[in-house]
Amino acid sequence: MITASPSLAVRQFEADYRRQRSDARRLQLISVTLFATAVFISAWADGFFDTTEVNLPSGERITTWKLWASLPRLGDYLYKTLPVLRLETLGPDLAEWFWRWPVWLELLGETILIAYLATFLGVLGAFALSFPAARNLSPNGWLLVASRRYLEIIRTVPDLVWALIFVFCFGVGPLAGVLAIAIHATGSLGKLYSEVNENIDMRPLEGVKASGGSWFQQMRYGVVPQVIPNVISYTLLRFEINVRSSSIIGYVGAGGLGQEIRTAMSLQEYRDLSALFVIILVTVVVIDFLSEKLRHRIIGFENLRA
Amino acid sequence: MLELFSLKKTFGQTRAVDDVTLSIEAGQMVGIIGRSGAGKSTLLRLVNRLTDPTSGTIMFEGRDVTKLKARELRLWRASCAMVFQQFNLVERMDVLTNVLIGRIAHHGFLSSMARHFTDEEKAMAIRALERLDLVPQALQRAGTLSGGQQQRVAIAKALVQKPKIMLADEPIASLDPANATRVMDALRKINREDGITILVNLHTLDTARAYCERIIAMRDGQVRFDGTPHQLTPERIHEIYGTEGLDEDIDEAVTSTSFVSGRSANSRVYEAV
Repeated sequence: MITASPSLAVRQFEADYRRQRSDARRLQLISVTLFATAVFISAWADGFFDTTEVNLPSGERITTWKLWASLPRLGDYLYKTLPVLRLETLGPDLAEWFWRWPVWLELLGETILIAYLATFLGVLGAFALSFPAARNLSPNGWLLVASRRYLEIIRTVPDLVWALIFVFCFGVGPLAGVLAIAIHATGSLGKLYSEVNENIDMRPLEGVKASGGSWFQQMRYGVVPQVIPNVISYTLLRFEINVRSSSIIGYVGAGGLGQEIRTAMSLQEYRDLSALFVIILVTVVVIDFLSEKLRHRIIGFENLRA
Repeated sequence: MLELFSLKKTFGQTRAVDDVTLSIEAGQMVGIIGRSGAGKSTLLRLVNRLTDPTSGTIMFEGRDVTKLKARELRLWRASCAMVFQQFNLVERMDVLTNVLIGRIAHHGFLSSMARHFTDEEKAMAIRALERLDLVPQALQRAGTLSGGQQQRVAIAKALVQKPKIMLADEPIASLDPANATRVMDALRKINREDGITILVNLHTLDTARAYCERIIAMRDGQVRFDGTPHQLTPERIHEIYGTEGLDEDIDEAVTSTSFVSGRSANSRVYEAV
């Protein structure tokens, strides 16, 4: 049997619980309203509700929603890029679509090499900075702030902007592209690596310190073994991103396939654009697939050994 | 001889170690008891210099340890090995490398980054592992070992540091009674055979009585008792732990985690099982 009058502690709990529930509901309502308002304002500022005037076939001019009225143009553009492919002459048609394949293949190779070298350089810089940039590992506050700000600055500038700067310094060619992507990758990877470092178990580190280990030795033995699987995983992910970056970076003269995209666009060679798009798509898909396989193997391998 | 002179450590308002003066003869095995938060861990960390004292001095063999810096400090830490409650091993490295970390203070930048240890050091590590019956596990990852084995790896690592003092911070608090006994036996053996001074924090009174020739009790950062196990009477225990809110005096058998105390009731239970 339940007692008729609950104890003071139980009544107090019920009052607290009711208050907590209504506080939570109020907070939820406020956040949903704020979120919806922010979406609406952004859409309005970015021109989603703009209108335009169009001529109807009857000669009448009406005002209509711009996004809807302009949509057919996207179709027109895509239509122009479609190659002529007939089943009976597929070989020659494909050959005509990819008519510049020797140049494109060479530039594709260059694109991948840019991404590879840029990833390598980015990893070196990011790994070195990820220790002083981790709140729990930094030897002093000054170094923490300096390395964090440095990483922030270099990753805030988009790699395309770095490419423009480096093309100005080192001239047109892949060198500028490698440096641009490497410096941006350093910033992004440095942030990710330092966050991995901040989530480690500090006990092994203390074990090394208690045995007389220096700061570098504490990092080498206490931190690196814990973070290495994550570091490899993020590095492969970054390589995929860098391949995408290096395929467009040639647009500003920094090497790789991007320069062909620019040429095709300025000469209005729409079919070349679709051919280049197919090449980049296939490359990115293949690299994503391979690196994902590799990442899973590393994770699986780690789990087996753990 | 290890001497502490009015050693103090404050964290904000809390006086974790409050004016501790002690002298510990070389070769003693000393148990430090007291309830949680009494300052036992902080005291050991101060001796190893993992924590810097707010004031006071630590002298070892006539040398002021509190003034040491950089390389001298690292060599001091090596000569006063620390064993932790949670073992603090590098779980993803093999047992042998974990033991070799005990030699780290004697290595420069390049050799330690390359994980390069000399043959003598490896032999030293294997001998240490052999003393703790862990040679078959030498190439296994430390993380795959049981808690008791990991703690013995930590002791082997402490041994290759060739320490003058060994500090053990609640070394058996995370272990079952059988492993706790093995670990305490290993510490006693090291104390007797190698003549290494051992300071061990314990929260089970009967373990302290069974293994330590001298017991120091702390409360609120201060030393409240310093003597032999025989001098530790129920009245003194009451004073050290405080029994506010308890119906009876502390029964050592209830708090015990080991088989070793012949006095305690639960050791008879273990024998019966």
